[in-house]
Amino acid sequence: MTVLEEAWTVKELFVYPNEYIYWSIQIVMYPFMTGLVAGAFVLSSLYHLFGIRQLKEIARFSLVFSFALLMVAPLPLLFHLLRPERNFYIFMTPHFSSAIAAFGVVLFVYGSIVASELWFLYRKHLVEASAKLKNQPNKTLAEKIRYWVSTVLTLGAFEVSETTLRQDEKAVKILAGVGVPVACFLHGYAGFIFGSVKANALWMTPLMPVIFIMSAVVSGVALCLLTYITAMEIKKIMASRKRSPFDHPTLEEIQGVEKYELGITSKYLIFFLIFSISLELLDLVFRGYTAVKSWDILRNVIYGKDFINIFLLQYTLGNLFPFILLLIPRLTIRRAVVALVLVVFGVFMMRWNVVIGGQSFSLTFSGYMHYHLPLIPRDLETFKEGLMGALFILGLPFVLFWVLSRIFPVFDLKESPR
Amino acid sequence: MKRRDFLKLALGGSAALALTHGLNEIFRPVALHASSSPVRWVFLVDTYKCIGCGFCVKACKLENEIPYDANVSRTWVERYIVTKEEGVFADTPKEARNGFTTSRVDLGQGRYQDISREKIDKAFFVPKLCNQCEKPPCVQVCPVGATYQTAEGVVLVDPKWCIGCGYCIMACPYGMRFFHPVHHVAEKCNFCYHRIAQKMKPACVLACPVGARRIGNIKDPGDAVAKTIMTQRVSVHKPEYGTHPQVYYLGLSEEVR
Amino acid sequence: MHVLRPLYVVLAIAGIILIARTFVVPEDFGIHESGYMYGWYRKANEAEWRAFKPKYQGQEYCRDCHAEQEQQVRSSRHNLIECENCHDPARGHPDDPQKLTLDRSRELCLRCHTYLPYPTSKRSEIKGIHPDQHNPGGECAGCHNPHQAPSPNRRSR
Repeated sequence: MTVLEEAWTVKELFVYPNEYIYWSIQIVMYPFMTGLVAGAFVLSSLYHLFGIRQLKEIARFSLVFSFALLMVAPLPLLFHLLRPERNFYIFMTPHFSSAIAAFGVVLFVYGSIVASELWFLYRKHLVEASAKLKNQPNKTLAEKIRYWVSTVLTLGAFEVSETTLRQDEKAVKILAGVGVPVACFLHGYAGFIFGSVKANALWMTPLMPVIFIMSAVVSGVALCLLTYITAMEIKKIMASRKRSPFDHPTLEEIQGVEKYELGITSKYLIFFLIFSISLELLDLVFRGYTAVKSWDILRNVIYGKDFINIFLLQYTLGNLFPFILLLIPRLTIRRAVVALVLVVFGVFMMRWNVVIGGQSFSLTFSGYMHYHLPLIPRDLETFKEGLMGALFILGLPFVLFWVLSRIFPVFDLKESPR
Repeated sequence: MKRRDFLKLALGGSAALALTHGLNEIFRPVALHASSSPVRWVFLVDTYKCIGCGFCVKACKLENEIPYDANVSRTWVERYIVTKEEGVFADTPKEARNGFTTSRVDLGQGRYQDISREKIDKAFFVPKLCNQCEKPPCVQVCPVGATYQTAEGVVLVDPKWCIGCGYCIMACPYGMRFFHPVHHVAEKCNFCYHRIAQKMKPACVLACPVGARRIGNIKDPGDAVAKTIMTQRVSVHKPEYGTHPQVYYLGLSEEVR
Repeated sequence: MHVLRPLYVVLAIAGIILIARTFVVPEDFGIHESGYMYGWYRKANEAEWRAFKPKYQGQEYCRDCHAEQEQQVRSSRHNLIECENCHDPARGHPDDPQKLTLDRSRELCLRCHTYLPYPTSKRSEIKGIHPDQHNPGGECAGCHNPHQAPSPNRRSR
């Protein structure tokens, strides 16, 4: 009988019998998704916390997107567990000496913060939507659902006086502030999961949590910006056809807003890009310089087997090219989109190179393992831990975001309360 | 307002009580008597004696219900051939469940290497099994408490509680752990805990025809294995990881990975 | 203060989790002898493992009924080898299974008797053959009696 992981692991030379690539594509997806969550949240907080006025529109957008991403984030883990029906044990008997046990607490705390911040941000809208729909006779099914959802979500706080709205504003600011370190922890703990495994010569480094956080912010900011640009393009199309459901600004107004936000956000992106690549290069230089026992096999993996994945795909395509593209003056939207897609790809490759790269060599330091991602699913397992499962998880946040935006609208230029 | 204040106080108070009670339940510290057990199991592998017959691997699989044809095992035997000029060759064909029945070394991916007698400086067999570490990193990283160390030092896995995350497998520096192909939970050698509890020998110890595998109690000064460990030059595998492994080797050559 | 409402929701969810714990988590789950880091588990599992059925019984188990074979093997060079190594675990024999394995395959003998030229290993001291040259593909038991090794004329039928 075959072992499950034999479906995607090929061994070369001397490898221990029980060694396989146990942590495959879904374990690459998980830090990638949580990184997007953290990054989107930080972007949102840049406005709410530091009052960078130009980021107001994208701030609201990022917060809702962050929540959509957060709801999808546990899914890669659920797909990966061999006993997914026991997933809640992590909430029942957490063993906090394990970094993974932090998942339960962090997810819960962070989820609470984002949900609460959303609540404060949208309370006025929910109250108004509920009041508007309450008095409407003959509601359609969609309207009935919308009425009940809005009413329940108000949590009974129907007062929208000046005082309460100012309290809401203050709460948002506090939550945005508290949320940033928690978002950092959400991703730092993922880095700690890898960095603290002394058995794995590639993973073990104290830099891992910081590298993860930096690249998380990079990916989150980049994805938010990308999605925002896409949404704005859609708005532009609707404005030019005069088919927008709400009061719409003119084409020139939209364009102006977009370019401004693009410029500011890309500057923050460049900063985090520099930080993140410096840490990774530092780690590499240190390893080569100190050349401990594991260096021989690691060198073969980094400069040999995985050279293309690391230096071409991640460092060049995913870091250097977007860096150059974003720095060239007079940034156009088209150039920004290319750069942002490359950045998100680069961060994905970083996760891949850490997770898969760390399992490309044997504990014997005398053998290798090759990963063959299952493309066409033959059964449930090769779907869950294959390309199809990964794509499913990549697409889901966008679907959820669309659903959420029905309750928490993100494009209300004229109606923005703050 | 008085009623509302009272209700708030009551709610807050009971919430606080529930929280502390819950935390106390989670972290209830059982009186810690630093391992009062009179037994600490240790293992002794004599690589000078091992002939590579692989009966230990077969016995382990059959005793512990690991599917015989699955390419995973709680224990295995490695072969090392140190040549004069071409370096070290090592293999463990099908975990040595069928022994070593050819002189050709398995290089993986369907490739083999034959090494003639004249080229060999030294060659030997090394049985490997779970070290039942004193400080097991696999236990440290389990997120739900499905694996643990007993008072006698054996590390066990609770198959009813394991969620199959694989963190313990990644954390073992010796590659001892794997997923059971049928039960889909983490698995590893446990010194045949069900046998040693009844004063029987582990299956691999019983099966070994040449006495290369022995088990003993380090806390018993009269124990033959304990005496060997204390008086002869023994070593452990990968001590640099700080795991304090409890499988001792005689003749663990530096080429051993 | 309406600002505390989300907090109440969060606390309610935390409360639900804590209440669920009392139903889901077994009573004996806690910190045991080895402390929190190494001893956080469900105590009953130890007894479950102890109750796991042993399959191998050892040579004494076979001796009572198979005295003749046991005598033969005892006076041979194969006296080091457990009966169950070749005949598979006795389990509940003779009740279940009624008959044990009679493995006549070449591969069983080749485990030790493939000659391997390893001077620093006891393996090279075992008399062995080259599988491709010595009766390739044939049964060893056709010429050799594994219970009498080596037999008087080196071969017996």
